Amino acid sequence: MNMIDKPKKAGPGKRGMIFAEPTIFERGAPGRQGYSLPEDEIPAADPAKEIDAALLRHEAPLLPEVSELDVVRHFTRLSQWNYSIDTGLTPLGSCTMKYNPKVNEEVARMSGFVKLHPQAPVADIQGALELMFHLQHYLAVISGMDAATLQPAAGAQGEFAGLLMIRAHHAAQGNPRKKILIPDSAHGTNPASAAACGYKVVTLKTGPDGVLSADAVAAAMDEETAGIMITNPNTLGLFETHMAEIAKLVHDKGGLVYCDGANQNALVGMARVGDMGVDVLHFNLHKTFTTPHGGGGPGSGAVAVKKVLEPYLPVPTVVRRGEHFDWDYDRPKSIGKVKAFFGNFGMLVRAYTYIREMGAEGLRQVSQRAVLNANYVRKSLEADFHLAYPQVCMHECVFSDKIQKKFGVTTADIAKRMMDYGYHPPTIYFPLVVPGALMVETTETESPQTLDRFIKAMKEIARECREEPETVKAAPHVPKVRRLDEVKAAKEPKFVYVPKNP
Amino acid sequence: MRYLPHTPEEIQKMSQAVGVRSPEELFEVIPQALRLKAPLELPKPLSEIDLVRHLKALGRKNETVDGAGSFLGGGAYHHYIPVAVSTITSRGEFMTSYTPYQPEISQGTLQAIFEFQTMIASLTGMDLANAGNYDGASALAEAVLMALRLTDPAKKTVLLAQSIHPDYRQVVKTYLSNIDCRIVEVPFGPDGRVDAAVLKKSLNDEVAVCCVQSPNAFGVVEEVAKLSAAVKGAGAMMVGCFSEAVSLGLLEPMGRQGADIVVGEGASFGNFLNLGGPYLGLFATKKEFVRQMPGRLVGETVDAEGKRGFVLVLSTREQHIRREKATSNICTNQALCALATTVYLSLLGPQGLQKLARINYSHAHYLREGLLKIPGVQRQFAGPHFNEFAVQLSKDPEEVLSKLRQKGILGGIALKSWAPGMERSLLVCATEMNSKAQMDDYVRAMREVL
Repeated sequence: MNMIDKPKKAGPGKRGMIFAEPTIFERGAPGRQGYSLPEDEIPAADPAKEIDAALLRHEAPLLPEVSELDVVRHFTRLSQWNYSIDTGLTPLGSCTMKYNPKVNEEVARMSGFVKLHPQAPVADIQGALELMFHLQHYLAVISGMDAATLQPAAGAQGEFAGLLMIRAHHAAQGNPRKKILIPDSAHGTNPASAAACGYKVVTLKTGPDGVLSADAVAAAMDEETAGIMITNPNTLGLFETHMAEIAKLVHDKGGLVYCDGANQNALVGMARVGDMGVDVLHFNLHKTFTTPHGGGGPGSGAVAVKKVLEPYLPVPTVVRRGEHFDWDYDRPKSIGKVKAFFGNFGMLVRAYTYIREMGAEGLRQVSQRAVLNANYVRKSLEADFHLAYPQVCMHECVFSDKIQKKFGVTTADIAKRMMDYGYHPPTIYFPLVVPGALMVETTETESPQTLDRFIKAMKEIARECREEPETVKAAPHVPKVRRLDEVKAAKEPKFVYVPKNP
Repeated sequence: MRYLPHTPEEIQKMSQAVGVRSPEELFEVIPQALRLKAPLELPKPLSEIDLVRHLKALGRKNETVDGAGSFLGGGAYHHYIPVAVSTITSRGEFMTSYTPYQPEISQGTLQAIFEFQTMIASLTGMDLANAGNYDGASALAEAVLMALRLTDPAKKTVLLAQSIHPDYRQVVKTYLSNIDCRIVEVPFGPDGRVDAAVLKKSLNDEVAVCCVQSPNAFGVVEEVAKLSAAVKGAGAMMVGCFSEAVSLGLLEPMGRQGADIVVGEGASFGNFLNLGGPYLGLFATKKEFVRQMPGRLVGETVDAEGKRGFVLVLSTREQHIRREKATSNICTNQALCALATTVYLSLLGPQGLQKLARINYSHAHYLREGLLKIPGVQRQFAGPHFNEFAVQLSKDPEEVLSKLRQKGILGGIALKSWAPGMERSLLVCATEMNSKAQMDDYVRAMREVL
């Protein structure tokens, strides 16, 4: 087994030390301080002399009064309640939870990068611009596109920017068009982004073989349709084999092809979406290019485009003028800005560092091993869990609870039981086209030994589902808390801490 | 390749188990014509030694704000970050964890967000705050969209104060570009504040929402309560926004001045300047509006044994459940930046934040008095300011800035492109990072340059 040799109904905290820790507002004492500010050498100016009393803060904010040790201990204890990549395997499908190299963190925290002001003159940030210029180029090379923007803060914002460019392109032809085609296996952000761009979503049904058929696209595509948003490999872990034909169908009606790049980890170095008729693609640098997920961001959603969309890229782009690098704001057709300043620069430093460490052959090995690992898991567990699509997969495979349901056990139960064995559950109940989906992506950074232990645990859980389903249904037993009452959380909402004796 | 653990023997063995000769064979599902024939044209891989050397060299081509003196603000503010902040945010358990969709093994992130939400709600004077948006600018755009959802669909006018940071206004325009509405900018008066008379004239039945920033783009503190009263009187919603979070330690929160939604940039609370990102959008509102709020939200609950725990709540607003009917397409919440902010605010506490805000105020005040003694420097706006202020120069600010730069001073931001009629205007900021000696040097240098 992995961390825990034989998890039974052991209560949380029975193994290892898990500390109880109240909220930080329940720590400390009035007047205690955790800050160190200088006694000022400048005479204090009285704000009341210039600022109207009504505009000055009347009541102190609810902030803790704690020492530095209180703070460090509090958050260290909180951190120990988290599962993370550094803790163990996190096989979340479509999330690409691969190892986040430590050197990336070291360089991204260098003062030559973190202490740059976004309003600094370009002469002062030549190194940063050089890095961004090359990263734009590398991303275009890797995806087979012509140009890139690094501005979007995350994948969803990349989708938004990409679709706005598609819309701007159509508007320039005289008709922004009305609809976007999106397969039913797409991430939720796809339809949400399309709606934010004023498009009506037309949902396409995935074919019986798990991929989108050209016929489905042909039947829906017309001259009021701006284009298609397609994820390739799709969220079933399958390569969209009709991609080229689909792209041609869309192009023939004047539409454009958007690719959700969440699953680029399957393709880097092996194939390029730019060669498949894709006009615009967003990357998730926090997936394919190892910037950490941070418990939910910050990410980075760089977008690469073909020439046809280049005029519409957000401002500014980074350009080289002779020996120097500069911002280019002179882009009259640009869609504008999707965030202040230039993007999540700190994440760009990490992604750049990773690409420079890996090089072309390294990246090629990434996708090969990611796909090998996924197929190894698929093959090893195919007798224990139902596979929605049994064929060769790319970087992830989708199981379901079809077999276990017979014993009254669901995907949610299996997911919770995995925690007892020391693993993060996979992505569950997604994609929506597979009922009770368990979407497993192990990434290239996991060793065969880790996979074998994981497979052994999954087989053990499959056995439990048959022989002692109640153990699985009552899981998890080991984490700090048991299953949480989400209904209560929604019905009696408590979004903030309220002091008991205010 | 240190990130790729498989030995050649293991690859061989695994390939056999899968039923292929080599991993390449697995890619035969990709049509031949779509497979890459040649290696990617990327630079050769670097060892860790060379990598660090290369990145250091790139970093050295940059001039940091630690030099002779930076007086740059304009939406990004140089503040000290206590070492303990990075200590916590560097922990792998926070840094390399996933979105807390599985609450039993994400209580650390969830409780930290709950604490964050509490702090932001209190600082902004609101009932609740979400777990974070991308940045101040996109938070403002989302606030406008939320206000449009909350008001009569017949109301289609969005009032945007011209004294809002230009990037923020531009992002709002981008986000609204395909929404059926009309943006009207409200000018500022000679005191640098929203012109209340013009605002009143702009208010009619068509107006859904009005947005103001305080301190505004020129550092001036707006009379939000007065503006709110007018806006609410006309049946519209009021959105208050800020780009300098440290001001919350000194100024009455906009939630207490009639704003329905308060948004802003949280980067000043413990996040590095980082050339403009990653930053942190703060988003707070009243209880009754929560179902139209974008972004993640954490709530308190109990587990099967009655123990306190935290979960993501009201996710039926969000894209992964509601798809095209979601309140927003946003997925991430800048969680690690929000954690930095939570740790930072915990260290400062109510007294530390107030003290810090007062130091900022005093420094800007001191610098302003010094600069205004120079012939050729005039105060641009009479309205009170927090830690940045605009001055009018007798010479072209771009030229002045480049001469100051030669003396090692980043003297501020030329405002020519920010609003009409500001060809001679310069925005100057002072924080706790600017020592008395630095400010005295700046004044001396400015005197020489003018």
